[in-house]
Amino acid sequence: MSDTPNIVTGDTEAPTIEPPPDHGSGESQAPEQRRTLHELWLSGTEEPDWVRGATDEGAQELLPERAEPALATQRGTLVSDDYEVDDEIDDDERQIINMGPQHPSTHGVLRLQIELEGETVRRVKPIIGYLHTGMEKTGETLTWMQGPTNVTRMDYLSPFFNELAYSLAVEELLDVAIPPRAQAIRILMTELNRISSHLLFLATFGMDIGAVSMMIYGWRERELLLQFFEKTTGLRMNHNYIRPGGVAADLPDGWEDDVEDLMVKVPQGVSEYVELLNENPIFIDRTQGIGVITPEECMAYGVTGPTLRAAGVDWDLRKIEPYSGIEQYDFDVPVRKHGDVYDRYLLRLEEIDQSFRIVDQVLQTMPAGDYRSDDRKVTPPPRKRIDESMEALIHHFKIFTEGFKVPAGETYQAVESPRGELGVYIVSDGGAKPWRLHVRAPSFAHVQALPVLMTDSLVADTIASLASIDPVLGDVDR
Amino acid sequence: MAGPTQPPGFLLSTLEKGVNWARTRSMWPASFGLACCAIEMMATGAAHNDLARFGMEVFRASPRQADLMIVAGRVSQKMAPVLRQVYDQMSEPKWVISMGACASTGGMFNNYALVQGVDQVVPVDIYVPGCPPGPQSLMHGILTLQEKIMNGEIRREGVFTKTA
Amino acid sequence: MTDEANPSSDETPQEASPDTAPAATVDLGAEVIEISADEYLDVVARARAAGFESFVDLCGVDYLRRRPRYEVVVNLLSYESKQRIRIRVGVEGGDPRLASITSIFPGANFYERETYDLFGIVFEGHPDLTRILLPDDWDGHPLRKDYAVGSVPVQFKGAHQAS
Repeated sequence: MSDTPNIVTGDTEAPTIEPPPDHGSGESQAPEQRRTLHELWLSGTEEPDWVRGATDEGAQELLPERAEPALATQRGTLVSDDYEVDDEIDDDERQIINMGPQHPSTHGVLRLQIELEGETVRRVKPIIGYLHTGMEKTGETLTWMQGPTNVTRMDYLSPFFNELAYSLAVEELLDVAIPPRAQAIRILMTELNRISSHLLFLATFGMDIGAVSMMIYGWRERELLLQFFEKTTGLRMNHNYIRPGGVAADLPDGWEDDVEDLMVKVPQGVSEYVELLNENPIFIDRTQGIGVITPEECMAYGVTGPTLRAAGVDWDLRKIEPYSGIEQYDFDVPVRKHGDVYDRYLLRLEEIDQSFRIVDQVLQTMPAGDYRSDDRKVTPPPRKRIDESMEALIHHFKIFTEGFKVPAGETYQAVESPRGELGVYIVSDGGAKPWRLHVRAPSFAHVQALPVLMTDSLVADTIASLASIDPVLGDVDR
Repeated sequence: MAGPTQPPGFLLSTLEKGVNWARTRSMWPASFGLACCAIEMMATGAAHNDLARFGMEVFRASPRQADLMIVAGRVSQKMAPVLRQVYDQMSEPKWVISMGACASTGGMFNNYALVQGVDQVVPVDIYVPGCPPGPQSLMHGILTLQEKIMNGEIRREGVFTKTA
Repeated sequence: MTDEANPSSDETPQEASPDTAPAATVDLGAEVIEISADEYLDVVARARAAGFESFVDLCGVDYLRRRPRYEVVVNLLSYESKQRIRIRVGVEGGDPRLASITSIFPGANFYERETYDLFGIVFEGHPDLTRILLPDDWDGHPLRKDYAVGSVPVQFKGAHQAS
């Protein structure tokens, strides 16, 4: 942490920090010294000021209702949950409870302020930022080739999709052609990743609903996929495998057998989930008609992915804006109509099947060839050439020290991640590092839409609603 | 057994061993999952790796019931006070495992948003390297902590000494 | 938008932005449109009326040496025509202000808060414009180019050993 965070780097106007607008909290917003955490304080002694005040800040207050027209519109007109509640509410009968940020069912460090009237949730305010990692800033300090290392840690349940969206955006600016084998490997890995992500959803969702054995089952199958990922990329998570120009390494020997093995074992496990949950009366009671979101609300709030498709909108970027040659594979986009928790669960089960269809086709039609582009812009010369040629050595050195340059411009590339539309917006100034790297995170929009799902429902259903949109807080906060 | 230079003597030394053994065999972690490492922490507790073999599978939601905090993931400046609060709510004796590069040092995110090492906020007993550490690494860290407790004293003093 | 050539992508961040067309002639069929802050609300409302009813993304960019210094980029999507539109709005530095589009797209709420948090762009008319990702008492707006990354020096050897 620097003591002087503001340094003027160019011939620009002096940086001005405008005071935040008055939002009704009444607290003074005097600029404070940059905090340092270097000193421990004794257990039991008086805490430093910033610790005491840090968990009840202005942005985290539930504002007076009149100050939040957006929430009011959600409550009044758009929500179509089943629970009828009286509009005449005595303020004394309401209480505000905090859920999180350290709570086992928040899937990380999400904090929800819930205003309850008895057992009914009247208002919800999601508070995020507890996992803000500054990745967009860090992305500006890393070269284009180092970028996937950074973005892969955003949505840590679908790292391949982050890398793919980033790589597609960089390749769009670079205008590099990707060989067919690299594209097929990308599709193979991302679709397997979709399966592993959905398996984790089933595990945590089951546990949140109360089916604790799902926790054991889901991880059991996911472990098989992770073993294949580890064999291919060297890591179980945060792979940094898909990079601008192709992928980091070719598939390992015998990958066909591994994938065939997966295609037998994982669906076997999934069939057990179906048996356990699909007609389980408790499960149905807790999920059907809960957390309803309509297509109109989805559009207004930017909700995408399985949540949108469960609401009845046939929208999958794999079909609409195909990437990495996914259009050559034959698969269906499952769509359901109720938009409730149960439909989202079923839809993800169906997506696992469809992803296996794609994986099967990739397995049958994996083209031979190079696993990365032979474009000299992004790919270092082969090892043999470095021994023979001085130019190749210099080229190799330059690629790995200062990195390659990307033509100036801006682009937005989106892929269909297991959670929804994952977009990467990149601005390049023609240098070796991104000028601006912005990630349009699906979970960010979903967390924002949580009040729509939860308002005027029962407090026990908030857990089901939250789990059903499968938020990843690394994706929300970045 | 206690030698001539160790004052506690036979009885206390045996008691110490007994207490330490009891502590290691029923250590309940507080579920403090933050980021990617939390997923691996859950994987450690799940079927394939089965943390229950070490008597530690009971991840408690309430810090009051936990002895061990596994800080699994990057700690942001906004989260640090919360983390400290959870730590203070845990009852003694308590231990902390810093899981992963981000929790230990800030990892690859050397920037404004992250606490560069959770040891600036809470005292850490064991650092587990990796990004994220695999279940085997975490289990090794847990076993190392058990070893540390077995070889340690019952009372721990001077944990919170100010560093220069 | 995957393959289509992007006419405005040749512009480097150092260059001044070209004169923008008046609101009445803004072509909503283009993939990327650049407008001024004055016509922003109007163009977004017309885009909404023209079928771009899904809000996708809103983010800020700091071009530092360019005028206007900031840019707010709004991504909209039409499920009907399967088209995207990217609206780039220049925002002057110094005291960056822009109208809020939360009345048109409630989904812009969090995105505008994020942009306010990280860039300090004030969205006028926003119902609850507070910091979202950083703590409320934070000083500065980290994604501005004149805000340091805030890294601490890493010592790889010779570090002081605490006894």
